[in-house]
Amino acid sequence: MSTSTAAPPTVVNFTVDGRQLSAPPGTLLIDACKRAGIEIPAFCYYEGYSLQAACRMCLVEVEKMPKLQTACTLPVMEGMIVRSETEQIHKARKGTLEFLLTNHPLDCPVCDKGGECELQDMVFRYGAGESRFTEIKNHEPERQWSPVVFYDPARCILCYRCVRACNEGMGVGALGVTNRGVVSEIAPNMVDHLDCDECGACIDICPVGALTSNTYRYKTRPWEMQHVGTVCTHCSNGCKTTLGVRNDEIVRGNNRDRSGINGEFLCVKGRYGFDVSTNEERVTSPMIRINGKLEAVSWSKALGFVAEKFRSVSTAGGSFGVVAGPHLTNEELFYLQKFTRAGLKTSNLDHARSGDLVTLLDALSGKTDALATSDDCYNTKAALVIGSDLSQQHPFLAFQLRADVRHHKANIYTVTPGPVREAKYSAQSIEVPVGGEFDALRNLTETLKGEQELVILFGDSIKGQRVRDLVEWASGLGIPVKYVCLVDYSNSRGAMDMGVMPNLLPGYEVDPHPGMSLGQMLSHETLDVLWVVGANPLRGKTLASKQAFVVTQTMFLEETSERADVVFPSASAYEKNGTVTNVTGQVQRLKAAVRTMGAKTDLEICGLLAKELGLAVEIGVWSHDVVFKEIHKSVRGYNVPLPILITGGAAATNPVNGRVAVDVRIEDIQSAGDTLFTSGELGRYSKLLTSVPEFPGALYKR
Amino acid sequence: MFNEPHPDEVRIITKRFGLPNSASIDTYLAHEGYVAFMKAAEMTPEAIIEELKVSSLRGRGGAGFPTGLKWSFIPRDNPKPKYVVVNADESEPGTCKDRLLIENDPHQLIEGCLIAARTIGCKLGYIYIRGEYRYLIDIMDKALAEAYAHGYLGKNIKGTGIDFDLYTHSGAGAYECGEESALLESLEGKRGVPRIRPPFPAVSGLYASPTVLNNVETFCSVPAILRMGGQAYADLGTPKNGGTRMLCVSGHVNRPGVYEIPLGFSMQKMIYDVCGGIRGGKKLKAVIPGGSSSPVLKADECDFPMDYDNYARMKTMAGSGGMMVMDEDTDIVKVALRTMRFYAHESCGWCIPCREGTTWLRKILTRMDEGTGRRADIDLIHELAKNMLGRTFCPLGDAAAMPTIGFVEKFREEFEARLRETVVPVTSPDQLIAIG
Amino acid sequence: MTFTPETEQKLQAIWSRYPAGRKRSAVIPMLMYAQDETGQVTQEMIAEVAKRCEVTPLQVEEVVGYYSMLNKQKMGKHHVQVCTNIACLLMGGEELWHHTTKRLGIGHKQVTADGLISLEEVECAGACSWAPCVVDGYEYHHHMTIEKLDQLLDSIENKVQ
Repeated sequence: MSTSTAAPPTVVNFTVDGRQLSAPPGTLLIDACKRAGIEIPAFCYYEGYSLQAACRMCLVEVEKMPKLQTACTLPVMEGMIVRSETEQIHKARKGTLEFLLTNHPLDCPVCDKGGECELQDMVFRYGAGESRFTEIKNHEPERQWSPVVFYDPARCILCYRCVRACNEGMGVGALGVTNRGVVSEIAPNMVDHLDCDECGACIDICPVGALTSNTYRYKTRPWEMQHVGTVCTHCSNGCKTTLGVRNDEIVRGNNRDRSGINGEFLCVKGRYGFDVSTNEERVTSPMIRINGKLEAVSWSKALGFVAEKFRSVSTAGGSFGVVAGPHLTNEELFYLQKFTRAGLKTSNLDHARSGDLVTLLDALSGKTDALATSDDCYNTKAALVIGSDLSQQHPFLAFQLRADVRHHKANIYTVTPGPVREAKYSAQSIEVPVGGEFDALRNLTETLKGEQELVILFGDSIKGQRVRDLVEWASGLGIPVKYVCLVDYSNSRGAMDMGVMPNLLPGYEVDPHPGMSLGQMLSHETLDVLWVVGANPLRGKTLASKQAFVVTQTMFLEETSERADVVFPSASAYEKNGTVTNVTGQVQRLKAAVRTMGAKTDLEICGLLAKELGLAVEIGVWSHDVVFKEIHKSVRGYNVPLPILITGGAAATNPVNGRVAVDVRIEDIQSAGDTLFTSGELGRYSKLLTSVPEFPGALYKR
Repeated sequence: MFNEPHPDEVRIITKRFGLPNSASIDTYLAHEGYVAFMKAAEMTPEAIIEELKVSSLRGRGGAGFPTGLKWSFIPRDNPKPKYVVVNADESEPGTCKDRLLIENDPHQLIEGCLIAARTIGCKLGYIYIRGEYRYLIDIMDKALAEAYAHGYLGKNIKGTGIDFDLYTHSGAGAYECGEESALLESLEGKRGVPRIRPPFPAVSGLYASPTVLNNVETFCSVPAILRMGGQAYADLGTPKNGGTRMLCVSGHVNRPGVYEIPLGFSMQKMIYDVCGGIRGGKKLKAVIPGGSSSPVLKADECDFPMDYDNYARMKTMAGSGGMMVMDEDTDIVKVALRTMRFYAHESCGWCIPCREGTTWLRKILTRMDEGTGRRADIDLIHELAKNMLGRTFCPLGDAAAMPTIGFVEKFREEFEARLRETVVPVTSPDQLIAIG
Repeated sequence: MTFTPETEQKLQAIWSRYPAGRKRSAVIPMLMYAQDETGQVTQEMIAEVAKRCEVTPLQVEEVVGYYSMLNKQKMGKHHVQVCTNIACLLMGGEELWHHTTKRLGIGHKQVTADGLISLEEVECAGACSWAPCVVDGYEYHHHMTIEKLDQLLDSIENKVQ
């Protein structure tokens, strides 16, 4: 906890199964036991969510209390003597399991959950395998509630985890309980279907196979999968996700091991957006435009063709423009910028920028500890969201704020151009049109002065001078303030850090020979080469130069590739290794889960081109770990502890702390306004994301 | 509808029953109406609570918790508003007394609430009336309107400086809402699922604020206590079991009805004198003494002074005062089945042992009743009930388990008599489906 | 959704009883009185009550599913409820129930073809000392016998003709 000033906690001493234990007052017995390595079984109890005391599995004996007590609701008390495994307790748990199994279908052989089912584990542990139940079971048919969510009431044990995950965790409240008694069941918010975030948290948290996912159900047994821990790259929040892979196909995304910054949080994109990699429209072969038509050719032919063109333009002193996608890895971005600057001798290099971090860094120059991490969003006593529909665009940060409100009673303030979900639990929400933010902020000034600390999250409406104004206004509050500059994509942050900008080198060093920005390249009438790596700058825009030779590295034939002379098939984020840096500056490792025939990673494509051009020695080896070593060594802020990265953790980068005095060209900074169901250029290629009923926030409804 | 009074009755809270227009405020005022409240307005809260403690009044809803003590738990320095809530969700099978109190003397209840409000410093109260009692809601609404019109509700009541608003609130059919925390959930517009306790309603009740929540009869007893004094009220009953209570006698007696008797009144006398003995000259077989949740008593156990302590000595409970008398022809298996059907239907479903246990027991008892029971089922019924006992989220599980254990332990031979030679394992699915 | 002026007045009176920000309390009583008018709880009604009480339709739906007096299927003009709980059982409640089902040809929670009468076997109605009891809508009939029940059903059927 960041700035806790509470008196040092006193400690409560108690005994469990003869062991002397201690815990802070107010700790629930079940938690205190867990910390001491004593597992007390529970279905309904779930750390972080409200208490239910419904499953009765956590009953324990407490001396001087006549009845068995639920460990999930009992705070530890001084001198309390607890027994957690006695014959009486075993009998009670076994009895409860026997009750539970009376109406449970026992279709474990075909149930998705078989093998990782908490009910199975519990029955195994307490030996309630033999049933005296000889009556007819109650049964209700299975229902489909959405393109992803199925509910089987017969399997449901009514632990209400899903209801809480949806209501408390997601702030959606799409699940409830209907009917009464033995016919009680979970109910969706639209009578027979769901209108929600489709995040799948309900499926994930279900201890049994009552809620199942359409992408996974009846496809595999859990033990037949390999589990690959990587990072979701659909937005900038950088959630850790564990992909279940079977026969080189991703069948599931979740984070049950709670290994990353996000715990087990994932949104619809993180959980289901992996189907972009198997879309049949994927480009699987290099292509060269012959007689106006893109024709598949061999890699060597395409590489040779491009190298030849690059060489001749270079020799003739022609102009290059290089555009990188903010989805690329740090290694790819670093390699590409090096290629551009050292190989092509130009700084005409840019990416689609979505937030003005550069001005923020400049404005914060000299201040320490002023950039917030995702942990800060959970621990801060107050947060202010400006100009972003956080639940739509930054679902994990929104989740953190919700948890902060629930667990720490944090005050959330929002200043947005339209209604946002945060308003439901905010201390104050103000709607103002874009441009009017500072009027609203002035109204909040006195209130915020009363807070102990503040995290400010701001979107693309605050850029340039307005960032400086914001920092100045916040300094006047007289409380510690940290900032999150909201950016769109998985490596928007990395693209800036790696110097994929026309006027900044890696580590925010000012480029002595600045080049053209993305906007300038597109409007440059005599640009000779436009090299686009993992981006689609020509969507809704035209390229002014008619003569430009356009090369793309892409997964799909989007608008830019339609104009391209050469197209290279590139690998998706699910197919490559490397690192990405999230919106709060935490760098994490991306791990290849599957391979796709024909495609190569952008790093490899760039490397092969360098080799073809004879630049390989100068630019370096195109292996991600070699490139990372160079980043680690040379890019300011990336000297992170390697063990954190290697073990799949998130390492905070320390960005530059000094003036970054460049013209940021605010006209080029624009958020794409993605919703939960879009993902930049990729979302439209996810059949799943395009199939789920939309529930977009009004702010970005288009 | 009210039965003829019996000379052995001690009519304290039913004393106005039978008067012309007994529900009207005029009748009420003519018979010591609102006298106790005016007295309470002059008393300190501590003095009122002390009077209640002296009276040894215990909750008449079923649990029998000392009322004075309950009221004393209200943290009066708590800045939150405080509430008075009346539990008129009378649903315990065998119980039909609160109905009469509202129908015949609604102002007595209002006065009881007023005294509670004065004691805890509360400005708003609700009378939660079960949905089936719509006609009582109408009677109560009329009485409330009269009380407002006469200045006994609203602002600065009778110049005492006390403000109090009181409204009715309709339930919609759920036995579980008789449980106090479930009632509060229901009053807040939610499913009638009980709350985790502690905190108890006295600290965190309606809208998470301190709340006094009592049964109709309990509130109705308060004005009399203040009028006659706690000690005089206590003296009506036995030590630690003060006053009178309403007993609802039903079943096979000649004069079933609701009678107000002092605590400690003999059960034998109740059955044979007050209620005129067993119908048709039959023999007594058993009595369910305090609503369907209380364990059954065999005929030879039915002679004891009916106060809380003696019920406990008999390993049963006074409960809500619903006394169901069964003659020698009564089919105990059927009664056990009907009891379990009730609990299975009314189980809120929140916790596993109650939700699944009541249904399983209902299914077994259904087979038993149909003659397809197995010998092993008798012990199974007993054991399953024991597996529920003390392990459920709220008392409903115990309420289902206790009588079942009682039936099997005391009338095992009747269950055995239902066994047949040929054993048919299960019955048709239709017959297994619960009502509802 | 619009109601008759009488119902509307009742609903507003109920709504006004609860403190500001606590209007959810009105959900159950409002549903009860609204159902009286329409004979069932409809989706439209759920949406309307949700709007007035500042909750989501799902939160109203949860309540409708829970309480046994709230019916999503349409009940008859006369909803005849026969109590068969212990006290009534002892006094012949089951016989009354069987007689009624036979006479009307419908079962638990079913409605006669003409929509006139619906039938429900109910839990203890609170008339134990005057058992057995049958409730027609909200009207209690005590000390019921098969003859008196037949008279009641006759009068219901005749009233319509």
